[in-house]
Amino acid sequence: MSTPTATDTRVEDAARPAPPRRRLTLRQRIWRERWTYTFIIPGALFFLVFAYVPMLGNVVAFQDYTPFRGFGGSPWVGLANFNALFSDPELLIALRNTLIIAALQLVLAFPAPIALALLLDSLMSSRVRRMVQTVVYLPHFLSWVIVISVWQQVFGGGGLVSAVIDGFDIMTNADTFKLLVVAQAVWKDCGWGTIIFFAAIAGIPQDRYEAAAIDGAGAWQRMRHVTLPGLVPVATLLLILNIGSILTVGFEQLLLQQPMVGMEAAEVLDTFVYFRGVLGGEWGIATAAGLFKGVIGTVLVLAANKFAKRLGGEGIF
Amino acid sequence: MSSSTVSGKPLPREVRRRKAAGLPPWMNPPPPWVRALKALAIVLIVLTMAYPLIYVIAMSFAAPEQARAGVVFPTEFSLDAYRVIFEGGTVTTGLRNSLWLTVVGTALSLAFTSTLAWGLARTRQVPGAKAVLIMVLATMFFSAGIIPNFLLVKALGLLDSLWSLIVPGLISAFNMIVIRNFFMNLPGELIEAARIDGAGEWRIFLRIVLPLSKPVLAVMALFYAVGYWNTYFNALLYINDSEQWPIQVVLQQYVLAGVTIPGSLPVADQPPPPPGVTLQMAVIVLATVPILLVYPFLQRYFTKGVLTGAIKG
Repeated sequence: MSTPTATDTRVEDAARPAPPRRRLTLRQRIWRERWTYTFIIPGALFFLVFAYVPMLGNVVAFQDYTPFRGFGGSPWVGLANFNALFSDPELLIALRNTLIIAALQLVLAFPAPIALALLLDSLMSSRVRRMVQTVVYLPHFLSWVIVISVWQQVFGGGGLVSAVIDGFDIMTNADTFKLLVVAQAVWKDCGWGTIIFFAAIAGIPQDRYEAAAIDGAGAWQRMRHVTLPGLVPVATLLLILNIGSILTVGFEQLLLQQPMVGMEAAEVLDTFVYFRGVLGGEWGIATAAGLFKGVIGTVLVLAANKFAKRLGGEGIF
Repeated sequence: MSSSTVSGKPLPREVRRRKAAGLPPWMNPPPPWVRALKALAIVLIVLTMAYPLIYVIAMSFAAPEQARAGVVFPTEFSLDAYRVIFEGGTVTTGLRNSLWLTVVGTALSLAFTSTLAWGLARTRQVPGAKAVLIMVLATMFFSAGIIPNFLLVKALGLLDSLWSLIVPGLISAFNMIVIRNFFMNLPGELIEAARIDGAGEWRIFLRIVLPLSKPVLAVMALFYAVGYWNTYFNALLYINDSEQWPIQVVLQQYVLAGVTIPGSLPVADQPPPPPGVTLQMAVIVLATVPILLVYPFLQRYFTKGVLTGAIKG
């Protein structure tokens, strides 16, 4: 981040006007900053109410909850919801689909922005590169409803492709659905994902390329042995973040397409929670599923971070 | 100056090409077949990304016969689909709801995010600020889940109100961190001088900090705005009343769930309505246009916006 003016002092370091020599008591320091708290308190309250209070709402996972009786009046049932949950065949389908899609995303969608960034970086003309970037960033800003609607008009029955190939329709094919999900994710976010890799490429010192070239490395070898290693730290960081959200696979994307391909193919943990809880009224089981997912996600991100540090890389916290 | 005049011989072809492209002396331009391959790949990628959108826009203007027959690109055009949609009302209501949501939501989000960011910019001097910062950061690593959020929104009486789409997501922790990073790099002397002159904390914030932070505020405004415009699931969850639906839910109903668009059914003694497919395309276009309009402005800033957050956050 560039500083707007050429100055060394940052807001954090700026001393208060005429700081007194003696140490202030805590009460005096709080009084001195009384106006600063008018900035902090609304935001802090927001996070308390909308991020921490809902955490308490997870007690529903241990209750036979009905909205009529509320948290106070609903009987406690211990782990009964979790027992019911893990013996539910639908949850197993949801879990399996979630893991398959997550694995496919990791193998197919994760490397796509790296490949695209390398390709664009190797272009000679920066004008062409900027033009391509404009086009490939755009789908990131479209909602899933729009993306799927557009895909429906192109690849669905009666769509663009079916005008050329009779009877072509991949949008309702349950067998290839998981690959379709990955393809849509690549279409939407692959371009956007290149931004961070471009920054990493820009950070690689030019003299490394020069040295490699003098040692006789061709363009391909320079990419393999200079550019790719330069991308490893960023890729590791993104991988850690991705692993933390491994159980969150394109919720809106799957929710929107489930009616077209059926539950067997498109049920994931989040859609399970939505259909069972909000629509089905099985609040306890749905909350238990959500809590299970949340806990696994947090554990995974902590574990991945630790693992990355052990491998000698940098973690994220 | 150039070596060709010194040696008196013309330079090899690849050296001339390298010079023309402004490349460093150690870099040779790739051979023609590599260039051709790259060009092909780029053309394919650009077509894959852009053609579906161009096709949808074109088909929304297609004349009825061509839309029914299904063509790769229409050659005859008509505005009937848009006329029917604007007469129908449901889509217009959706667009109006989304517009309100985007404008009000973005303004409030920006106000609350930037004030919190300024409050937390001096954690060393303000007792308790560090604790609040950690509390905010922690929310990036867990979320309570769909059901507890739903129950909270319900308990607050926000169901069926557009406010349910603004209030629960008012401040994004990630955006707050990005703005805070920017604030912390503002020139300290200026703010210090204002303090010595007796300016209060709010005066400093409104008169100095915000005007200096226009670039980052622009990025955040656009990110928030896109988020509000694209709101779908929360609307599905919290809003049952179709009069309150934002455009994304309307779009899902008409294009994906196959609900009939008003005005698309034939009426006796009236000219036949445009085919359903053009109507669907037109709804898609209307839901996309605002994004396409802000996109050029967005593009100037977003590399910076993404990177400040991702690297320093």
